[in-house]
Amino acid sequence: MENSKMEVVLLACGSFNPITNMHLRLFELAKDYMNGTGKYKVIKGIISPVGDAYKKKGLISAHHRVIMAELATKSSEWVEVDTWESLQKEWVETAKVLRHHQEKLEAGSCDHQQDSPVRGRPGQKRKWAEQRQDFSQKKSLEPKTKDVPKVKLLCGADLLESFGVPNLWKSEDITQIVGDYGLVCITRAGNDAQKFIYESDALWQHRNNIHLVNEWITNDISSTKIRRALRRGQSIRYLVPDLVQEYIEKHDLYSCESEERNVGVILAPLQRNTAEANS
Amino acid sequence: MKSGRVATTVGVDVPDKMKSRIPVVLLACGSFNPITNMHLRLFEVARDHLHQTGLYQVIGGIISPVNDNYRKKDLVSAHHRVAMARLALQTSDWVRVDPWESEQVQWMETVKVLRTFLTQMSRKTVQHHHSELLRSLPQTEGLDHGRAGSTARTAGPELKLLCGADVLKTFQTPNLWKDAHIQEIVEKFGIVCVSRTGHNPKEYISGSPILHRYRHNIHLAREPVQNELSSTYVRQALSQGHSVKYLLPDAVIAYIKDHNLYTRDSSRKGSSTQRNEGKPSWGEPAPPPRSSS
Repeated sequence: MENSKMEVVLLACGSFNPITNMHLRLFELAKDYMNGTGKYKVIKGIISPVGDAYKKKGLISAHHRVIMAELATKSSEWVEVDTWESLQKEWVETAKVLRHHQEKLEAGSCDHQQDSPVRGRPGQKRKWAEQRQDFSQKKSLEPKTKDVPKVKLLCGADLLESFGVPNLWKSEDITQIVGDYGLVCITRAGNDAQKFIYESDALWQHRNNIHLVNEWITNDISSTKIRRALRRGQSIRYLVPDLVQEYIEKHDLYSCESEERNVGVILAPLQRNTAEANS
Repeated sequence: MKSGRVATTVGVDVPDKMKSRIPVVLLACGSFNPITNMHLRLFEVARDHLHQTGLYQVIGGIISPVNDNYRKKDLVSAHHRVAMARLALQTSDWVRVDPWESEQVQWMETVKVLRTFLTQMSRKTVQHHHSELLRSLPQTEGLDHGRAGSTARTAGPELKLLCGADVLKTFQTPNLWKDAHIQEIVEKFGIVCVSRTGHNPKEYISGSPILHRYRHNIHLAREPVQNELSSTYVRQALSQGHSVKYLLPDAVIAYIKDHNLYTRDSSRKGSSTQRNEGKPSWGEPAPPPRSSS
């Protein structure tokens, strides 16, 4: 029974400017939901802060955003931060970030198959190797990828609806995200997510790969509101983890000046996709 | 008191300016079954609001979990609720839990809790002034001179009831509150009310003659981040085996797990006691059935 479940890695892409308790809740809700279906087993969550080249208004340096996300997930047993996306010079499409992590998992599982016998205790080594041989003989006809966990994109309803914003997403990327990977989307009860899927041919086609998770309570902690509260000298305690709050204060990260960053600069995806559309 | 954040970002609330302000202590009554980040937020939002009026300096906060004799459905023992609040406040430098109300033999009206804490506070203030005076006597030089002149206020800090907008609404519920008590709370103490989704506190005030008369003593603060988080939601999630991480402090979650609180079994046990469904989880407890007139 346990073996027939598909292992899932949840990937959340975004600015995390700064990370809030709401971001962290998305992971908890998604994991409970996916595990509750009986079909999936969530084994890991990855937070991938966007690179500075994204050029979003008020976006502070990835260096700080990554550290804050790391501080926020310190107490989590299953969610971690990955810096690959944030370290890229150019902005990277979300579909490519998904592909990077899926490939990493596939490479990791090959390594794992080769390394495992060596890692075991010496006395167990031979037995383990024999077992593995039996196993691979029996299973040799089945595709190897079956055992590799699948990366799925974790998001809020706002991301799903941003699929409708002109030039923000390439249509082939949307198809790839929902077709090849899958979406776990946390929506507020009574939200239009269902309708949005229905009205998009690409989303409708892959609707079985889109998991809508209902959140029954409004949880409106957006990073924008956190930054606004900070500019106004208001407390953000209990809205972000204590370690994040302390880090923000210590480095005085958000101010009226930081909010002016990238003002008048076109968002990287808009710039790239508009240029491609016109060429 | 840590006021660094306010001082650096806005530059108005420098400690010196705080000195001429009215010191305030905020008291929150309720079940805290269990305490959540939402309860902790109310204190933060209320303090920011009072500071931004320019008139008050919030010097402390008290959480007073209700007595077990309140007999609300699913209420776990006060001993646990106090322990959880204490864990949640471990990292707070200005809010503390006071078990006094929960340790009384009987359930008690909120106004009596306010009276008791105010008496306690003024006693401490007198002692404090006394020792301050003794300490400053030998010091003839330095800054204390100017300060002694400006501290004309010998009265103790004010005590205000901190509550969510849902509590203001319950003032209209027949037989839940005595009019005399409502009057005493708004006249002698004052209320800081933090608005929540789906509530219109201004309407509750204009709908009640007593609240309207003392409206200058009711401070309405707005939580910039709307959150419908409640203890009920947390208990439901826990009984379903769902994660409540980031809804309440980790230390409280660990305590709940260690003591097996709010599991399906424990809530079944609780449901055999007096039910008080529909009553607010935050604010004036319903009077015990036998004393209702």
